[in-house]
Amino acid sequence: MLEIKDLHAQVNGNEILDGVTLRVNAGEVHAIMGPNGSGKSTLAQVLAGRETYDVTKGEVLFDGKNLLEMDPEERAREGLFMAFQYPVEIPGVSNTYFLKSALNAVRKHRGQDELDAIEFLQLVKERMKLVEMDESLLNRPVNEGFSGGEKKRNEIFHMAVLEPRLAILDETDSGLDIDALRIVADGVNKLKRKDNAIIVVTHYQRLLNYIVPDYVHVLVDGRIVKSGSKELALELEEKGYDWVKEKAEVEEAR
Amino acid sequence: MKSISEQAAWYQSVFDAFEKSLNGEAQSGFHALRKKALNRFKEMGFPTTRHEEWKFTNIAPVAATPFTPVPAGMVARIAPSAVKRHLIPQGHSLVFVDGHFAPELSSIGKLRDGVIVCSLAEASRRHAALLERELARHAPGDENSFVALNTAFSLDGAFVYVPDGIRLAEPVHMLFLSTGKPQALIPPRNLFLVGAEGQVSLVETYAALNDGDYFTNVVSELLAGEGAIVEHDKLQNESRSAYHISWTHIVQQAGSTVTSNLVAVGGSIARSNITTVFDGEKSICTLNGLTLAAGTQLIDNHTAIDHAKPNCESHELYKAVLDGKAHGVFNGKIFVRKDAQKTDAKQTNQTLLLSDDAIIDTKPQLEIFADDVKCTHGATVGQLDPDQIFYLRSRGLNLLQAKDMLTFAFAADVVNRVHVESLRERLESLIHDKLHEGRISS
Repeated sequence: MLEIKDLHAQVNGNEILDGVTLRVNAGEVHAIMGPNGSGKSTLAQVLAGRETYDVTKGEVLFDGKNLLEMDPEERAREGLFMAFQYPVEIPGVSNTYFLKSALNAVRKHRGQDELDAIEFLQLVKERMKLVEMDESLLNRPVNEGFSGGEKKRNEIFHMAVLEPRLAILDETDSGLDIDALRIVADGVNKLKRKDNAIIVVTHYQRLLNYIVPDYVHVLVDGRIVKSGSKELALELEEKGYDWVKEKAEVEEAR
Repeated sequence: MKSISEQAAWYQSVFDAFEKSLNGEAQSGFHALRKKALNRFKEMGFPTTRHEEWKFTNIAPVAATPFTPVPAGMVARIAPSAVKRHLIPQGHSLVFVDGHFAPELSSIGKLRDGVIVCSLAEASRRHAALLERELARHAPGDENSFVALNTAFSLDGAFVYVPDGIRLAEPVHMLFLSTGKPQALIPPRNLFLVGAEGQVSLVETYAALNDGDYFTNVVSELLAGEGAIVEHDKLQNESRSAYHISWTHIVQQAGSTVTSNLVAVGGSIARSNITTVFDGEKSICTLNGLTLAAGTQLIDNHTAIDHAKPNCESHELYKAVLDGKAHGVFNGKIFVRKDAQKTDAKQTNQTLLLSDDAIIDTKPQLEIFADDVKCTHGATVGQLDPDQIFYLRSRGLNLLQAKDMLTFAFAADVVNRVHVESLRERLESLIHDKLHEGRISS
């Protein structure tokens, strides 16, 4: 589904991604872990189409199509979704109005009929339950005045409505207390299917107790230095990132 | 007509012809006021950019054009179907065409409890004493060229009278339609008198059937009695070549609440002046404004709130969305007099620039002479936030949809404050249309 080959990206001349290679198949959950500043969020943002990053080398194929040539909205319409680490507040635009416009843009692209107000409301009410979201957040402006937990929940709610084929969750666990974390993770798990895939970007292993990955990759200094099964995350938790960093340095020295 | 003497000579000759057309009306008490105002105008002429109040707004094209009022007999007949789309589908309506009341297009409906809604010309015949007492008493014609010019040529306009304790459930809509007649001077004069504990919503709309370089020069006076609640909404949607200058003078007696919502989208050069004077304690004044300008439009909004009495509140929010080479001006004055303790005044001015060539001149002006007051003001000028645009795009909206959604939200913040529901809906669709229009032209 997603094939990242030797991806290099920089911002203001600073190289952040230094040759990332990763393959994600349908039905898989991948975790990308790494210390602060390792390039995890950059990878997520580059995949979502953030223009502040310059891709200097490499290729990303999404279902065989060149992802890097697509505008952010084309990526979304093709089925890519990023849950933001810091969801943006949009004063004056109601959550449902925005989501309806987004969903209909996506549906139109897929050749599906646009949903009318009633159909949309039915869908929304059903999907809200997945993240136990308060109905009052629907008609409020997008993320405005939402608590940190409400914002993260709202991201997963958007995901539930848009039904992406590939979801990238960028530090969705940050700022969540343990109850909210469980609810958000449960929501994500319910959205997991054989024909979609999830990339979980996280600093801590905590979230992976709830969203269990098939693969764990460790990103250090813009490169994946180690990949493994879910046990790798536990090992990291125990030994810290310095452990893989040192190993990576040793390997590089050779 | 660059010089004041040329302007004076032109408007004297226009006035002579105007006076003849008045017949018996020229003997009325009001006509003496007209003559006085003409003389005052002749002394002052039109202001130039050397006047502090007109520093950013060059009205040389207005001064240079020989405008003439449209005589009553020359007013085009308009089909009601052409008017309908400009009317809001509720309330009592008064329609004026090129400055003249058009009863056949108006629908005043049933009025009870002594409420009066009629043309000013009719009011001058039937309610002479009331007019004598209040008309031209609130707008300062002595120091203001445009008010003087309006008074000199004023013949008609809207008159609304709400007696003490009466609450009008439905809004009064005044539609000033222009036929786009070249170089027409359209000088409506409106008088709104709301008695103690009275309540009313007043809607003034300026629109055109065709484009033309006509000049609307309107003066409205609003007197809100003790404890009165008044909403005054104004939509300035003149044609693209038109000039529009308006003066709205509000006097608030004790305990009154006045909300003014201005939406200015039309005209080649347009300036709205809204002045509020607190004439009693514990009054609340809210001024909201929205400018949408594109192309080479110049839209200027001046507001002045005179905290002449203690314990009054004023809230002001003026926003502008400027595209193309549009020029926006905002000047917000707040005076807090020496005795006006416990004044609470808040002013906010926000401008969204959609193009590199758009210009905004913004000038908050607070003059505070009392010491126990709360006064804040803030002005921001910015562009659409790239983080917000990216967020919307990352969920599937294209760039234009994202920009439109954010711009609409910015503008709707003002429109949402309009309580007259049918007008609010009308304004929302107008903003949609204008945003779309701006995109095509840019």
